[in-house]
Amino acid sequence: MLEVCPLAALPRGEALRVESDPPIAVFHTDDGEIFAIDDTCTHQDASLADGWVEGCEVECPLHASRFDLRTGAVDAPPAKLPVRTHEVVVSDGTINVVLNAAPPNLPPGVTTNAVGKAGQ
Amino acid sequence: MIGASLAGLSAARALRRQGFDGELTIVGAEARRPYDRPPLSKEFLAGEIDEGDLALELDDENLDARWLLGAHATGLNTGAGAVTLGDGTEVRADGVIVATGARARSLPGTQHLAGVHVLRTIDDALALRKDLRPGARLLVIGAGFIGAEVASTATKLGLDVTVIEVAGTPLANTLGGMLGAAVARLHSRHGTRLFCGVRVSGLTGTERVTGVKLADGRQLAADVVVAGVGAIPNVEWLNGSGLELANGVVCDAGGATSIPNVVAVGDCAAWYEPCVGAVHRVEHWTGARERSAIAVSTLLAGHYQGDPVKPPYFWSDQYGCRIQFAGFARPDDQITFEAGDLNDHSFLAVYRRDERPVAVLGVDQPRLFTRIRRQLEPLPTAS
Repeated sequence: MLEVCPLAALPRGEALRVESDPPIAVFHTDDGEIFAIDDTCTHQDASLADGWVEGCEVECPLHASRFDLRTGAVDAPPAKLPVRTHEVVVSDGTINVVLNAAPPNLPPGVTTNAVGKAGQ
Repeated sequence: MIGASLAGLSAARALRRQGFDGELTIVGAEARRPYDRPPLSKEFLAGEIDEGDLALELDDENLDARWLLGAHATGLNTGAGAVTLGDGTEVRADGVIVATGARARSLPGTQHLAGVHVLRTIDDALALRKDLRPGARLLVIGAGFIGAEVASTATKLGLDVTVIEVAGTPLANTLGGMLGAAVARLHSRHGTRLFCGVRVSGLTGTERVTGVKLADGRQLAADVVVAGVGAIPNVEWLNGSGLELANGVVCDAGGATSIPNVVAVGDCAAWYEPCVGAVHRVEHWTGARERSAIAVSTLLAGHYQGDPVKPPYFWSDQYGCRIQFAGFARPDDQITFEAGDLNDHSFLAVYRRDERPVAVLGVDQPRLFTRIRRQLEPLPTAS
């Protein structure tokens, strides 16, 4: 489990990027839910933590692909592959993330050194 | 559904998502399944990705539609509820979504000349790619986004690139003079020559292009010429249909046309823009995708449901820089820099009118850009 930050440090409507390998985006939605997904868009190298969140959906800041924060599924092109989701555990006022063991869907040209690496 | 590119596919998805369970026929002029066009001037042109990467449909997607690809719509008979195709067959429908897009404007009298290109389709990109040999001299006519992206890609491929632009300042209509010039500076920073305020009077060469003649008498030699001089909406097939046409299918703020049961969306459609006070053809990728859901709800309900339309948004990737713009800018808007300034390689500029943000331009500032873009007023809904 990866400790992210105190819950109080991530207000509703905000997102942050965890510099793990590969990086993870953690979102606190306007409705008060917290989600964690791979930060890198599966279409091209862009940080989804910089994206536009509406409801349970994030729009990539570059090419406007949309992903469902709950499932990682593609809601709108040009992305075709889902992002991985990670389980979020909030305990003692701290946000933690349980890393998904599945291989990530990284875009062309982006690699990971993490064990179980994939992407290309 | 007449049109099988981004707008057509997005509208087909919206139809099913919004509960339409009737028969759906999708007519596409190109023989290909829907594909993504923005990479055609960038990664696809550079040979970094292939045709499969451009597919817009998901692997397991099933829209339960009949696809008629490689079929040109030639007429719309609204009285009979029928669309005529190039081979004379008729497709009957209770409702029609017009999403026939636009085609690249070509230079008059150049069709027979080898080495002269436009860029709109996969075939265009494949033909141009063959001509982009390292060391060749490329001349790009038009310093708009297509021209700039082709110049950027060709520079990376090792060509000697010159861009010529008829306006005194590139992109001034969209970004305003000051920021248009700032973005156009990317060319010279990356070794591309840019000549502004020059008009092309013709091309030289008999079988293959050898250069261009300028109106001031100069001649520029070139091995390859690309015209990035805008697009023409594909609406001629609607002449005589009763649809109101004026540089596109004239629509209200929700995509309704002058004829019930016919809506239009994407590059072929000129929607009424409340904040401009006129109909306006938005030729952006995001417009084709986002407005299709609105057009579909208009079609299914019989009139515009009042869903707000997001301000137009587009991006351009040039010379490794990410340029993003949203909103409608006017020459008299007040411009402030929220990050960087004109002399920086990365900046974020906000256009304000009566103190309110109306447009935003970012170069390599995706996070801040999205933040400001969210503050732009959605276009007010129709009364």
